[in-house]
This record gives sequence, C-alpha cells and structure tokens, in this order.
Amino acid sequence: MTVEARPDYAETVEHPMTPFLRMDRIPHVWCPGCGIGTVVRCFASALEKSGIDLDKVSVVSGIGCAGRTAGYLKLDGFHTAHGRAIPFATGLKLGRPELTVTVLSGDGDLVGIGGNHFIHAARRNLDLLVVLINNFTYGMTGGQNGPTTPLSARSSTMPFGNFETPFNLPHLAASSGAPYVARWTSLHVRRLTWSIEEALERKGFRFIEVVAPCPVLYLRLNKLGDGVQRMRYYHDEAEIRNGADPGDAAIDFQGKILCGVFVDEERPTYQELMDEHYGNVLGDDYVPMPLEGGMLGGG
Amino acid sequence: MGDEARTEICITGFGGQGVVLAAHIIGHACALIADKEATMMQSFGPEARGSACTATLVVSAAEVLYPYADHPNILVAMSSDGYDKHAPDLAADGIVVYEEDLVTPQIGPAQQGYGIGSTRIAEELGRRIVQNIVMVGFFTAVTALVSEEGMREAVAASVPAGTEEVNLEAFDRGFEYGRELTASHRDVAAPAG
Amino acid sequence: MKTDPKGVLTGSHYLDGDFACGEGAMAAGCRFVAGYPITPSTEVVERIANRFPLVGGTFIQMEDELASMAAVVGASWTGTKSMTVTSGPGFSLMMENIGLAAMMETPCVVVDVQRAGPSTGLPTMVGQGDVMQARWGSHGDYELIAMSPQSPQESFDLMIDAFNLSEEYRVPVIILMDECVGHMTEKVVIPPADEIEVTPRRLTEVAPDDFLPYQINGQLVPEFARAGDGYRFHTTGLTHDERGYPGMSVEAQDANVSRLVDKIRVNAGDIVRFDEADTEGADVVVVTYGITARVSRAAIDIARGEGVDVGSVRLVVVWPFPEQRIRELAASVKGFVVPEINLGQLVLEVERCVAGQAVVRSVPHSGGAVHDPQTIAAAIVEVAR
Repeated sequence: MTVEARPDYAETVEHPMTPFLRMDRIPHVWCPGCGIGTVVRCFASALEKSGIDLDKVSVVSGIGCAGRTAGYLKLDGFHTAHGRAIPFATGLKLGRPELTVTVLSGDGDLVGIGGNHFIHAARRNLDLLVVLINNFTYGMTGGQNGPTTPLSARSSTMPFGNFETPFNLPHLAASSGAPYVARWTSLHVRRLTWSIEEALERKGFRFIEVVAPCPVLYLRLNKLGDGVQRMRYYHDEAEIRNGADPGDAAIDFQGKILCGVFVDEERPTYQELMDEHYGNVLGDDYVPMPLEGGMLGGG
Repeated sequence: MGDEARTEICITGFGGQGVVLAAHIIGHACALIADKEATMMQSFGPEARGSACTATLVVSAAEVLYPYADHPNILVAMSSDGYDKHAPDLAADGIVVYEEDLVTPQIGPAQQGYGIGSTRIAEELGRRIVQNIVMVGFFTAVTALVSEEGMREAVAASVPAGTEEVNLEAFDRGFEYGRELTASHRDVAAPAG
Repeated sequence: MKTDPKGVLTGSHYLDGDFACGEGAMAAGCRFVAGYPITPSTEVVERIANRFPLVGGTFIQMEDELASMAAVVGASWTGTKSMTVTSGPGFSLMMENIGLAAMMETPCVVVDVQRAGPSTGLPTMVGQGDVMQARWGSHGDYELIAMSPQSPQESFDLMIDAFNLSEEYRVPVIILMDECVGHMTEKVVIPPADEIEVTPRRLTEVAPDDFLPYQINGQLVPEFARAGDGYRFHTTGLTHDERGYPGMSVEAQDANVSRLVDKIRVNAGDIVRFDEADTEGADVVVVTYGITARVSRAAIDIARGEGVDVGSVRLVVVWPFPEQRIRELAASVKGFVVPEINLGQLVLEVERCVAGQAVVRSVPHSGGAVHDPQTIAAAIVEVAR
C-alpha cells in the first residue's frame, strides 16, 4: 500500500467561518472544552445565513471570557468596560439607527455587574440582540460565584457550596419585557444557529441564553468531568419546550435545563415608540435622528 | 458690593406664587431691554416647590462680580414667611414692596414701604395665578428701575404663549395702582395718626 | 465647517448657566445625550430633552451614570457628537467609562455642574471640589481637557470649544461648571450659525483593508473610522496595538499609554487658555477659575483700594494647567493667592509650578457658598506685605 503525502490542511483548507473571524488573532484565549467558541461559530453562521450587510453589524462585549468574543469576530467590534456592553450598545444603536447592534457577553458581565442595564434595556425594548453565554461562573478571574451559579455548586468564593439563589435568566428577561427570549446549550449547535438567525429577523430586545461549559473551573471545582461529559449532561438533561413558561426555567445543580424559544412576540421598540410619540405630539416639527447618525455634515 | 451702581433685589413668597418668574421678568427687562447687567439667582430644592421660595437679582451698570443679594435694596415680599426671613437683611434705606393682605411689614425709619393687594386684584381678573405679574407691574411703578414699556415687553416675552393678554392686563393693573400710590405720596406703612 | 443652524437659537436670551450649556451643546453639533437626573445639573438635560426632537438629536435618560457615560462612548463611535451631564456623585460613577473613552480615544463631552461634596454633600449648593477628580478620577495614566465657565454666556461659548477640542484630540473634555454658574441667570448672546465653527470628526480616507484604528503616521492623534462604514475595526479598553488588538506587554503598554498622555502634553501650548490681567509689575497674582474668578475680581478691587499691586490669571482651560506661565510669573511676583470653593486643590498645582520661588496662599472654602470677597482681599493684602 502506497502512503501518499497528507495534504497540508493549514495551507489548503480554509475554515468556513474565516471571512467572519479575525484569523490574525487565532489561537484564541479560550480553554479546551470551553463552550464560547461554539457560540461564536453559531453566531457567525447565523450572520452568514441571514444575508445581513456585515458592514452595518456591530458586536459589543463586556469583560470576562465571553467578553473576548467581540475581539475575534470580523465586525465593528467593541470590547468595553465590565458590565457596560448593553449601555455602550445602546449608544451605538441610537447614535446610528441603521446599525444592527449585537451584544455577546457572559453571565457575570451582563446580569451580575451589568444587571441593572440588562433589565432596563429589556424594559425599554431597545433594538439589541443580546447573546448571553452562561457558564455559571466568573472564569477569567478564577471561578468565583456568580449570579447564575446553581444552588449548592462550588465556586472559589463559595468553597462550601453556593447558598445564594441564582437568577432564572429567561424569566428575568421576559418579565422585564423582552419580546424574544430563548435558551439553548452549546450542544444545540443547529438550534442555536437557527435561533440567532430568527432573532436577527426580529426587532427589539432579543435575548438568547446559551448554557456553556467551563471545564477548567466550574466543572473541575464541582468534579463534573470534562467538556465531553458536559455535552452528555446537556444531552440527557436538556428538555426542549418551545413556548414554555419562562418561570419554569430555573436551573438546579445538575438538574434539568429547559430549552427553547419561550417568548416570541411583537412589541414596538424604543425608537419606534419615540418616533411615533414625537410624530403625534410634534407633527412636522419632529426631526428624527438621521439613520446614518446626527449632524455629520454641518450647516 | 457696596457700589452705587449696584441694586440688589430679593423677591420672596411661597412656592406656586411665581416668585422665580417675577424675578426672571425683571431680570429679562434689565438685561435685554434696559441694557444693564442683571444676575438672577434662585432657591432650589423642595422649598421652590411649596414652602418659602426666593429669587434674587443684582442689577448693575458694570459686570456683576458677586452674584448674591446679601443686603437687598429692594425686598419684594409676597408671603409673611418670606418677609420674616429676609427683612432683617434689607438695607437700612431699602424699599419693601409687599402683598398687603399677606404681609405686615415693619418699615425702618429710612426705609420705604409700598403695599398692594395683588392677590385680590388677580382674583378680580379671574386668574389668581397672575398675582405675580400684578406685583411686577406694581414694582415697576414704585421702583422705576426699568421703564413701563420695557417691563411690559419682558412680561409678554416670558409668559406662556396664549396668556399674554391676561398677564399684560395684570401688569397694567399693578402698574396703575403703583403709579397712583406714588403720585399721592401716600406712604401706606407710615404709622397711622 | 459651520454648524447646522437647526441647533442654534440665535439671539439674545435671559438664560441660566445650565440652559446656556444645553444650547451650547446643540450649537456645537451635539446630537446624542445620555444622562441621569442629578441636582444641580438636571436643567441642562431638561433643556436638551425639550429641543432635541426639533433638531434631530436623541436624548435618553439612562438607569444610572455608569450607563449614561457608557452610552455616550458608544454613540460617539457612530460619529454622532455625544455628551452627558452630571454633578459630583454621578461624576464619580462616570469615571469608569471616562477611562474607557480615554483609552479608546473617543471624542465626547462631560459636563459636571459641581456641588459641594463629598458624597451627597450639599446637593443644591455650590462647590469646586471636583477639580482634581476631573484630572485624576479614573485609574491609570491618561490626559484629558477640562474647562471652567464663569458665566452663563461662557457656559454657552465653552461648549463649542469643548466639542471642538474633543474632536481634535480624541479625548473626553470635561466642563467643570459649578452650581452658582449653573443656576445663575444672565444675558446670553447666541451668534448666528454661520459664525459658529465646528470641528468635524477626523474620518480616515484610508481604504478599509489598509486601515489600522490606532496607526498614527507621525501624528499623535489617529484618524477615525465610524461604526457602520465597512472598516470592521476592533477597539478595546485593554492595552492595545495599532490594530486595536490587545497587547499584553510592557512595550505595548508604553506605546499605548505614552501616546495618550503625550497627545495632550505635547500640544498643551495650543490647548492651555487663560485670561491674564494686570500681571505686569504685580506683587500678587490671583489664580482662579469658575465662579470664584468673578468673586475674586471684586476682591482685587478691594485690595487695590488698599494700594496693592495685584494681577490675575483666570483659567478658562483648567487641565492642562498653564505650568509654563505660572513658572514665569513666579520669578517676578511676591506671591500667588488661590481662592477655591474646596479646601485647597488647584493650589497644589500652583505650588508645584512655583516651586518655592514665591509665596503661595490658598484661600479655601468648604462649600455651600462663594467666598466673601473681603476674605480673598485680606489674603491678597497679607501676601503683598
């Protein structure tokens, strides 16, 4: 049997997501078995399938492992201060209304330090797509307790197990007014991609939670095995129930993970409400912010 | 501070009487029409929305360097609380302009007092809310700080659109009352008998 | 370029400093404001909330000052001129994202209508205690520009300069107003739009494939690409290289942060601005800013009445500080008098520059009122003797 020279894949095969990624920054910072890269892949695929003009898409992240996502996507990317991705994104969207503004960040960033911004952006129905990668811990700083750490789970700051009640994020988003609320795990690659694509077609504050493994900290501290074993847990314990009551979506330690699109409604966005209201009150005197930005050219 | 060209005015009343608007109108007339320097300061916080409310003006031919009226030359008092609070600061030769149904002033020997039932007059006009404008008209007549025309112009420019007529009528009523009062040299605060 | 006439309320008005500041922002081309209500600054955003729907601007009342400042930084990356308005407690919360704006080199304006602190302090009463916070409030090394108006007219005028400087140097510009000026109503003359020169965003003409967001090509201030123009750039609050990519090294830190500081320090001669009067042959020079500058002129008149030869330097731009001029004056005067409505902040800067060559006398005031001019006059007389 003749052994032929193996092709040099690095030379000849391009990753299908290359046009969406900053290949000059690869390898990325994420650990083996981490779920964040999968989410980035799904996000890029969804953008590709959506056919949206990528020049007009911004991605905003905060701080933490998931906060690094904006740095690998070949879009206008903003790696902002801890917890402030949503208000930063608010400025981008209102400053240039024609932009599609997305937020990719983690649980500690978006609902821990940034929790107040999260609920107010949902309440206002700002036109933002928020993808929250929930790994149940602060990974970048070494596995501390977070706002989504399940009860009894160990973290470096709850070494005897967590006694704080975590957020049920779909419930939080829905009750704050988000018109699109979904949850998936990083195992649900096709469904997640499809859900992001669907959310890109919707408007307003669209929220997708993605439960993803942190093998090096959360899984290790809780003796839950590696990334592959985590996929098995997602496979066994994830239950897809579209339209389920988000109030039922709380996650117990190693318990069932309710997935699906829980809310998919139409509600006027902040900007639509503003335009309609000022139009009614001020009539022809109302001058909306130009779609490309305010007073760029002068008088 | 003590320069001849400087006039300090303190306008006081209770929240809702339009103290700040009255000061704003006088300042507007001085600064934009009479071509004087006129610096207005006002009280803020809960007192501006109910209890004692005060606004001050410093009117001067030169730049106003110290913006507060620590020793007013003119005290306009539309409530007795406001009067009690600010009367001790009034200059020894100062003027008190007051709502005579609400304030009983103690006029010093070198001071002058001019009273008007501005609330009653406003009620006669059917709009109690224009009491402050009656007072501005009265103030214009008794202080002669700014011309009648100048102050009327400032009233028209400062009140809500559509209310100019009733406000100018209020101004005229106050002004007329003040002119008659000063013409008759009747010092209402002089002790009777 | 000339400003858009839509935002310019040309004419003579009787306005307070807060309203004048709001009008100044609109005349300067500001079209995005995010803010959170706080006394004594709220009237600025109330003015803007009233007028923005008529001039094509968007005002949003955010959930707090952290969010307000973050939104301003975000909005500025679209090219829309952006600002926020606050007072001491809110200014403290904004420091995080003022640092982000400095690091990302984002043009923006922050108005701080100072009240007496610390903490909640005296919400409705004057202070000048945020002067050092404006300079040093966010962590790490950076430089920005701060200006201090002494009147409602200047509250209007300086807003134009503030926006223009923020565009030129890509820094946050702080307007250090104070409660006294903010709540002071005086005549304000707003010129016609064709007399208001505004600095446009320095947009790059380099093609997207060749563009690096922090490449400087021999200048100290990089060119700008707006979000949505196809540049697909990256920027971060992390130490970064010319590509805007994180660079975790001593070398990257030195290159990045040195330039943030140098772009202001090297250009300080062009940015520094002060009114100097009667310093020729003066024995005493009063160094002031904001409302205290006006009160000090009353004090100077009193001191002159007592035969003191006294001049003044009024800082229009507080940061960068006019180090060189103070050093020069220090060689020829007996002393400096520095009245401030704080317990001695900018006086430290005067002392640093004077370096023992002359007497430096602080005239402190813990806040809640302006100085009694007699107090400042007494200090002038004392230093002269």
